[in-house]
Amino acid sequence: MIETRRPKIDFLSQPAVEEIVEEAFELLEKIGLFVENEEALKLLTEAGQSIDKSKHRVFISRELVEKCLLLCPSEIKLYDLNGEKEYVIGQDEVHFDPGSAAIKILDSESLKERAPLTSDLVSFYKLVETLEHIDFQSTGLVSTDVPQVIADGYRLYLGLLFSQKPFVTGIFRVESLKPMLDFLLAVRGHEKNLAEKPLAIFDACPSPPLKWSRLTAQSLIDCSRLGVPSELISMGLTGATSPVTLAGTLVQHTAENLSGLVICQLAKPGSPVIFGGSPASFDMRKGTTPMGAIETMMIDCACAQIGKFLKLPTHAYMGLSDSKLVDAQAGLETGMGAVLAGLAGINVISGPGMLDFESTQSLEKLVIDNDICGQVLRMGRGIAFREKPLALHLFEQIGPDFNFLTMAHTRKWYRTEHYFGSVLDRDVYDTWVGLGRQDIFERAKDEVRKRINSYKRPVLKPEIKQEIKGIMQTYARTCGLERLPQIAE
Amino acid sequence: MNSEQEKILQELSQAIIQGEVKAARNLAEKSVAIGLSPLEVIQKNCVPAIEQVGRLWENGDYFLPELIAGAEAMKAAMSELQAALKASGQVMASAGKVVIGTIEGDIHDIGKNLVAAMLRATGFEVIDLGADVKLEKFIETALMEQADIIALSALLTTTMLNQRKLIEMLVSQGLRNRFKVMVGGAPVSERWAKEIGADGYGENAVQAVEAGRKLVNRKRGYDD
Repeated sequence: MIETRRPKIDFLSQPAVEEIVEEAFELLEKIGLFVENEEALKLLTEAGQSIDKSKHRVFISRELVEKCLLLCPSEIKLYDLNGEKEYVIGQDEVHFDPGSAAIKILDSESLKERAPLTSDLVSFYKLVETLEHIDFQSTGLVSTDVPQVIADGYRLYLGLLFSQKPFVTGIFRVESLKPMLDFLLAVRGHEKNLAEKPLAIFDACPSPPLKWSRLTAQSLIDCSRLGVPSELISMGLTGATSPVTLAGTLVQHTAENLSGLVICQLAKPGSPVIFGGSPASFDMRKGTTPMGAIETMMIDCACAQIGKFLKLPTHAYMGLSDSKLVDAQAGLETGMGAVLAGLAGINVISGPGMLDFESTQSLEKLVIDNDICGQVLRMGRGIAFREKPLALHLFEQIGPDFNFLTMAHTRKWYRTEHYFGSVLDRDVYDTWVGLGRQDIFERAKDEVRKRINSYKRPVLKPEIKQEIKGIMQTYARTCGLERLPQIAE
Repeated sequence: MNSEQEKILQELSQAIIQGEVKAARNLAEKSVAIGLSPLEVIQKNCVPAIEQVGRLWENGDYFLPELIAGAEAMKAAMSELQAALKASGQVMASAGKVVIGTIEGDIHDIGKNLVAAMLRATGFEVIDLGADVKLEKFIETALMEQADIIALSALLTTTMLNQRKLIEMLVSQGLRNRFKVMVGGAPVSERWAKEIGADGYGENAVQAVEAGRKLVNRKRGYDD
């Protein structure tokens, strides 16, 4: 049988990839990077790297980077809440997760952006649990009805109460790191179990150009020690915080990722790291960072290609839009990004649901994007050769009334071979009119309601629930908050 | 004015509009050397030139790199002319004194840098505190420098909340009337500015200058 080919896109030639990596090595060696974290600086000093202490500047040798690259696993396995379902992050496996940490939500009725509430976050978690083509949860909304100091930890706390799927998350404050990692430990019961079956990925963003802040470097170190995967989110903006040429930005991106990877490996050899990012084309007219720009997507795909060359799992922020409404622009940018990301074989694709430069989540868009993701995943399965002969034998009965609809072969394969959407319009015109001439946003609104109603809450052992609640309460108290907000059960 | 002087002044205006930093500095120096009044050169050439840059940007002819280059060229010319002014014992009235920075918890400073550059280019004295600036630091510096305006930038909505906090701090310290407060940054809107009781808001660097001018006028008791 002929093997199914996974459709694949490469933006760079092999010599191009090698030259970018080569320059990244040189950048780290000659220009170095800024590390504003004492513990990370100590690790780098101990590893024999030359450091300009007064400037927090470290020059990292090629030798060390190459050594660390060899230590880094090329594949990570993530597990759901119960530790049962396994998700492989590596090779050309593709997983989608919603764009994370939105500071606004698009209100379904007023169509205006507004501050998200805890109830919105709960709806978000419930909805994502029902989305078949979005494998991971993300701590997608920053609720504004809790004090901002606990907002990052509170997102994960609520997430664990309402979700079965693994998480993509991250911290806003260094102080949140411990309670957030403690939640994960509480769910798995033991450090060893957590390292064996990671439940969450922690995003850590270097500050472009070439800087790891106190916060993000600490996240790398502490996560690595527990075996929690770090997703490195380099985010150069062409011509603003990184070189204006796409290839120049790729050099910086690679150097930032490599330096993060080094910190992780020094904290604990063999710790899981994802080569990722959210680089963007910087709009020189508006001063904005369009995630839906084709150049942004080209950079992302090329980054993934470099990550694969380095034998690392990959991530990108794609499949999202800069539009302020769930409109044609939202669809085209999300669709283009998701398709390209799928073709690039990016392992973790963060973006669905997101609008307005990674700032606004929309539940309706999430449902629509679920259909985009589903089709991208379908595309990734390629054109399979199911049988031999492929078709010859199906024509034996050919005659006047002949068709394929009644064939067992059709019934056998149609669900496997074809994608069925949930909110895409494929009705004939009159049926569509009969259903109230709804556009996709209106249909998505109904679908959100239906799905949230069908949501079933995963069962979390009462003692675990109690433990994570205790961690959250203690943390809230250290922030001066005596009682946690009430959540509707 | 003779034709050589006119030529130099025209070239100076063009250098600012075209964002040629070196040429702007040299031409400003030359204009002083041939005996032109620095004050007049500033008022009749440099200021109209940087205003032209602002217009070109607002019309969409210029993009950010040209806008910044214009501001840099203006800064270079101004440093020559102001030095000459000082040497001749004259002072130019400052357009106002601004303490600017990206607020605590936020490390994004591209937008803030743009605003600072445009403010400087248009005659403001700017004290740039950088990024991740503690709220107390804004107030301390503004008091020490006797600033007119405190300008707060934030790129994250989480840190945007600190803009409100700063205004509250000014109120509680009885300093609210001492300084005008200007806010900006990607998530910041006119509505937010009003909601937290800020005095001014600019959607972009050019509008921020306009807002700054109005605030200083108001503070000094002129009409807008």
